[in-house]
Amino acid sequence: MAKAEFEVPSYRKLPTIPALKEGATAHVKPYVADAAVQDALGYPGELVEDWHDKAIGRMGELLDKYRSLRVYLDACVHCGACTDKCHYFLGSADPKNMPVARQELMRKVYRRYFTLPGKLFPGLVGAADLTKDVLDDWFTYFHQCSECRRCSVFCPYGIDTAEITMAAREILNTVGYGMKYTNQILGKVLKIGNNLGLPGPALEDTLQGLEEDIEMDTGVAVKMPLDVQGAEILFVTPSADFFSEPHVESLIGYAKVFHAAGASWTLSTHASEAGNFGLFNGSYEQMRKVAMRIREAALELGVKRIVVGECGHAWRVIYSMWNTLIGVGAGGTDPFAIELQKQLDPRFKQPMHICEYTHDLIQRGVLKLDKSANDHRVVTFHDSCNVARASRMGDVPGGQFTIPRDIVKATCNNFVDMDQDTIHEKTFCCGGGGGVLTDEVLEIRVKGALPRMEALNKVVENNKVNFMATICAICKAQFTKVLPFYGFDMGMVGGVHQLVSDAIVLGDKE
Amino acid sequence: MSFEINGKVYETDEEGYLVNLSEWNEDAAKHLAVEEKIELTDQHWEVINFLREYYNDYQIAPAVRVLTKAIGKKLGPEKGNSKYLYELFPYGPAKQACKIAGLPKPTGCI
Repeated sequence: MAKAEFEVPSYRKLPTIPALKEGATAHVKPYVADAAVQDALGYPGELVEDWHDKAIGRMGELLDKYRSLRVYLDACVHCGACTDKCHYFLGSADPKNMPVARQELMRKVYRRYFTLPGKLFPGLVGAADLTKDVLDDWFTYFHQCSECRRCSVFCPYGIDTAEITMAAREILNTVGYGMKYTNQILGKVLKIGNNLGLPGPALEDTLQGLEEDIEMDTGVAVKMPLDVQGAEILFVTPSADFFSEPHVESLIGYAKVFHAAGASWTLSTHASEAGNFGLFNGSYEQMRKVAMRIREAALELGVKRIVVGECGHAWRVIYSMWNTLIGVGAGGTDPFAIELQKQLDPRFKQPMHICEYTHDLIQRGVLKLDKSANDHRVVTFHDSCNVARASRMGDVPGGQFTIPRDIVKATCNNFVDMDQDTIHEKTFCCGGGGGVLTDEVLEIRVKGALPRMEALNKVVENNKVNFMATICAICKAQFTKVLPFYGFDMGMVGGVHQLVSDAIVLGDKE
Repeated sequence: MSFEINGKVYETDEEGYLVNLSEWNEDAAKHLAVEEKIELTDQHWEVINFLREYYNDYQIAPAVRVLTKAIGKKLGPEKGNSKYLYELFPYGPAKQACKIAGLPKPTGCI
């Protein structure tokens, strides 16, 4: 394990608010995207000369387009309810990571240029010019926000602070001050079809290898079909599921579930990514381009259903935004929406989460699960922020909390929840969401993981938990990286469908 | 950023990955390994060579499963797992081994 070149925060005896350390993580910032990365997305290659006017101009456009943004910028009364709710603040103690203070970086500029008192008496109302220092602060601190929206849960005005982070990132991109990690990945999706840049032949080779592995393990020929014309289900999952550990274990789990259900399903090379980093950038246009690939694949393959794998922010985009982005979901009466609606089977939820799919099979007794296969595990479940706070599953409120847990409980005998203040809608971000999952900001990732690690540590000590299940590729990658900094084994994290994979008894095995 | 060996300059990005993949050679690999505080053994070279062959065929680094399986076939099943790869490349086989092998950094939700 790589040694930390920074101080890993120690667990707090009581969940107290840390004493402020001004500028504690001012040095932590992602790499700036170079010209090639920016060009691919249609953004300027470097900071433009008239960045000040361009930035204010773009802010004005966003304020006109999104009334919500103006409301969020106007409504805050600085009550402080959000201050100690942010994992990055709790872990770093940097006052600019208090959500109210992070937003103030934009709010003070908004006041100066878009409100009368700010224009006339800036000093009296805390309004400030957009200087290069302020812009640099935006770049630093709006990339120390994972857009997880935990602070919003506690805001008495319901201010969606992630919307402010997204707007800031969109303005930064517009003036040529983008972030390398997120923008490079978006470029790869547009060019190759997935975040990893995994070309079709590599995907085919990888899937073939996995089919061999499963058959060797189970004696059952479980398939991972690719680009099958006329399949019933198009399955879309984060590309990390093809590439990484422990992600791939869930991919194997999905395939086994489809096999056990006798489903006709297919993956697609064109739509080989569920993730949508356009959300992180707050760019409707980028988000739409990424999402359109799935519409195109669905129409081309002629599928009747779309099912989605374990990916947190993807599910937010898919559940909450696909209806207007690409015409999947209920309600659209325009020709664009109707074209796909009439192809998709109305008897099923469109789109459907893999957890809804598996849960339904379990309830109907279609899957045979041997819980004892997971008897070596004591399992807890980490709610991923975008699933928990920005979407739903099933037909009842809170389905996004109960459905994954019901699946976990159906696959193992030992399940324990973490502290009530750290689960469900109050879940803590893994520390790597929203485009923060990049190596050069490892310090803030490790520090931001503190509250989740504290809650995990409690159930490890009290209940001997040794496995934390989650349904997000970013959570899996982030925990694999940061768990060792807190003295845990990186193999402690895995997917819900990894547990399913280990417990499932494939019918023709008997 | 760049480094120089025997008068030849190798350009790298801010994270130390080679910019021009075709410039890679064993000298460059040795230099990159030193930067990563890794002493290259035959076992490391097995991985590096496989990565390069796979990249030539597919224009991407192999998935971790593909890599562990290939290494397991070559060096024995007890070595065909990611634990073994992490022993060789402590910062993660995908990223650190790719850097030394002169491949671009795999990025995504990994």
